[in-house]
Amino acid sequence: MDITRRRILKASGAVLALATGLFHSARIFAQEQWNKAAFETKSFAATLKALGAAGSTESVQVQITAPDIAENGAVVPITVESAIPGTRTIAILIEKNPNTLSADFEIPEGTDPFITTRVKMAETSNIYAVVQAGGKTFHAAKEIKVTLGGCGG
Amino acid sequence: MADPMRIRANMAGDKVEVRVLMAHEMETGQRKDASGALVPAHFIQNVTVTCGGKTVLSAQWGTSISKNPFMHFRFKGGKPGDKVIISWVDNKGERRTDEAVIAGG
Repeated sequence: MDITRRRILKASGAVLALATGLFHSARIFAQEQWNKAAFETKSFAATLKALGAAGSTESVQVQITAPDIAENGAVVPITVESAIPGTRTIAILIEKNPNTLSADFEIPEGTDPFITTRVKMAETSNIYAVVQAGGKTFHAAKEIKVTLGGCGG
Repeated sequence: MADPMRIRANMAGDKVEVRVLMAHEMETGQRKDASGALVPAHFIQNVTVTCGGKTVLSAQWGTSISKNPFMHFRFKGGKPGDKVIISWVDNKGERRTDEAVIAGG
């Protein structure tokens, strides 16, 4: 009788441990979600839609700092800065790349709406900085001429 | 295992200025090797930066971030001596976490 009881206790302990483990990995997964649908889009409009932005207004408060001519498309430095209060996300889109969306940054409160990174560009293209603030979407565009593409080759 | 990140974090006024350089191939999945075979995509998908238990920046990346990714940003709420912890995970599930101590302005 006693042995059975012990077995049951052991078994339920194992189930509990397993369940905790599952919850834990689910939480990690939620933290590290990757918007596959958005990263597979192939146009400015489609990416906006996949990011959950129906329409976007061009805004001078979103600033893109990048070279006018990039000699090497594999490394193009891009800085995006937003002066719109409550900026929550900054996305970088490259219109003529095989996949439009390059990066989507989430800006928590306390972090400046400012980001610099380096991207690859397949060819001369418009790049867009898309900013979401207060439930609205704003963007800025800039054309960068590429002399040597950053993909394939 | 990927090489460690190079992280520089220092005070600029009341904000912490962070520059990070990660070591990663960032293979697009579009490139062909010498034999003409497609090189499979291998790139960082998620980046998270925390300081004092609070997330100060998180990002989702596609294949068009340059090889050996670089990032520069600023946040409030850190002080000299605090740790800035940066982690990434790529599409093959490889991950890496590195940290740096915030230097005085």
